[in-house]
Amino acid sequence: MSVLIDKSTRLLVQGITGREGSFHAVQAVKYGTNVAGGVTPGKGGTKHEGFHVFNTVEDARRETGANASVVFVPPPYAADAIMEAAASGIELVVCITEGIPTFDMIRTSVFLKGKRTRLVGPNCPGVISPGKCKVGIMPGHIHLEGHVGVVSRSGTLTYEAVGQLTHRKIGQSTCIGIGGDPIIGTSFIDAIKLFNEDPETHGIVMIGEIGGTSEEEAAAYIKANVRKPVVGFICGQTAPPGRRMGHAGAIVAGGKGTAKEKMAAMEAAGIHVLRSPADIGEAMQAVLR
Amino acid sequence: MKIHEYQAKQILAHYGVRIPRGEVAYTKEEVREIAHRIGGTVVVKAQIHAGGRGKGGGIKLAKSPDEAAEIAGRMLGTNLVTAQTGPEGRQVQKVLVEEGLDIRKELYLGIVIDRQTGKPVFMASASGGMDIEEVASKNPELILREYIEPGLGLQAFQARRLAFGLGLVAELIHDSVQFMITLYRAFEDTDASLAEINPFLVTGDNKVYALDAKMNFDDNALYRHKDIKELRDLNEEDPLEIEASKFGLNYIKLDGNVACMVNGAGLAMGTMDIIKLAGGSPANFLDVGGGASAEQVKNAFRILLSDKNVKAVLINIFGGIMRCDVVASGVVEAARAIGVKVPVVVRLEGTNVEQGQEILRNSGLNFIVADGMKDAAVKVVAAARGN
Repeated sequence: MSVLIDKSTRLLVQGITGREGSFHAVQAVKYGTNVAGGVTPGKGGTKHEGFHVFNTVEDARRETGANASVVFVPPPYAADAIMEAAASGIELVVCITEGIPTFDMIRTSVFLKGKRTRLVGPNCPGVISPGKCKVGIMPGHIHLEGHVGVVSRSGTLTYEAVGQLTHRKIGQSTCIGIGGDPIIGTSFIDAIKLFNEDPETHGIVMIGEIGGTSEEEAAAYIKANVRKPVVGFICGQTAPPGRRMGHAGAIVAGGKGTAKEKMAAMEAAGIHVLRSPADIGEAMQAVLR
Repeated sequence: MKIHEYQAKQILAHYGVRIPRGEVAYTKEEVREIAHRIGGTVVVKAQIHAGGRGKGGGIKLAKSPDEAAEIAGRMLGTNLVTAQTGPEGRQVQKVLVEEGLDIRKELYLGIVIDRQTGKPVFMASASGGMDIEEVASKNPELILREYIEPGLGLQAFQARRLAFGLGLVAELIHDSVQFMITLYRAFEDTDASLAEINPFLVTGDNKVYALDAKMNFDDNALYRHKDIKELRDLNEEDPLEIEASKFGLNYIKLDGNVACMVNGAGLAMGTMDIIKLAGGSPANFLDVGGGASAEQVKNAFRILLSDKNVKAVLINIFGGIMRCDVVASGVVEAARAIGVKVPVVVRLEGTNVEQGQEILRNSGLNFIVADGMKDAAVKVVAAARGN
């Protein structure tokens, strides 16, 4: 089994006629994802790369029965695209877009309250259930179907971890990139809860980074609820305070959000915390034995 | 993005927040004129982006225009060292000259985005003027908090709760509530990420003022605030970082001697961490982005190498959608064009990795090819030591 997405996922691509949306729609199909169509306002009724294009998410959902969407819309319009998908009843929205204004996301998260929609991201690589479905920009071929759930705030560092797992023939149930922004739809806790409840997920890799307190909150949740082995890494141990390290959310501010605090909280929760990002695969292999 | 105190005060004044009378000056003659215009005791405040100016000697009282000019003469052009600037300090290029006010009470007001609730949080504390981070860690109960519904703004009852909580007298409540509501309006309107009034001042004649003001803005929202974008002061930024930002590169200069070039922010931080674990010290953070082109790699190389401390370079690329052979060609081309003199360790992973390594080996250039992150870190640290 897997979480969030599988063979039954019917995906819409919002911003399908753009460069990124178009490229990754084709990549998703190559991986085996069922791409039901795309949305670009003003281009409804046309076809793009063989995909049906609709003016609105509502039209697309009605015509195709899509239950998930991936957002490749540029930053000024991305929050609007997320809300449109939610208003149309799409169950899962994965937002890849980086650079959305924080206040747009604050308003969007208020909008999403009480709706059935789960948002993953923004500013994330997406979600993949290896061998079943790929919703995002990650390279599909580095993944292997299996039983380890991966959750991460990073993109390429997640690929690094997945690469190490696959290299050791340790497959993944689902890999969730929750995103590097301060305001995100799915938290570490949300993702870990899904993995904890999934009988086919036997172990969890959690990759955090400096900034905020979501790793500490997840550690408390894990301590209270999770019996599956968890391997963790926090990047930014050497990051200087007060500087934003690429991701909008990766900043040590006011002495808070340091790697040291996060690692201590995670260790206290029984997580196997690593000092080196090169040891993730090896550590998971050891704990699964 | 950060701005200066005088700029933050101009923005706040535009919304109706009360600030002391004052003007910004670039020379001691201007300071003398302004002090003369204001009359009486004035305050001369060095305008640099870093905090801790008071303790660092960047804020001084002057009883006459001559004294103000003399103080400014000593500040302007010199490097002001505070707890936040680092040992080299920051050059003072302008000062704010303001009327001296009769201080009765110094309080604290601040607004930030609370990640846990996903909402702005308005904070207030009776311990103003002090290092608020110290108050927050030692006596968190002394900081009052109100969470704000975005779009609705800070409600009057919330502002009243804060004002009474600060122990303000009845005749100050109305003005303080207006002050706080206006401050929040300015915060949300300008897509700020931080607004801090420290101290929030009560004067002898019972008026409230923003005696100091600090505002930071969401970089992602600057496209819709052209006026604020123009307030960026390049003098406050590292020249290499400015250069990098022109090419869409995310570069932060650090103190070490092992330069690194990585795709993705998380992997870039992880690479810095593993360099440190291997006994080295990273010279920078550099994220070339997901789809780094040959041109990107070339610019990145140039910027990395203009840091004179750099003894070796580590290139760590996880080629996903981007193929390793393409990255390798870019690296070779860039190294040739620039004439790299220090050892370069390259670690490639992902699509077409073998072809990529082949290109590096056959380039005739002296690349050290690494297998995995750990190997790369060990090799680059050894190379930086001259081994």
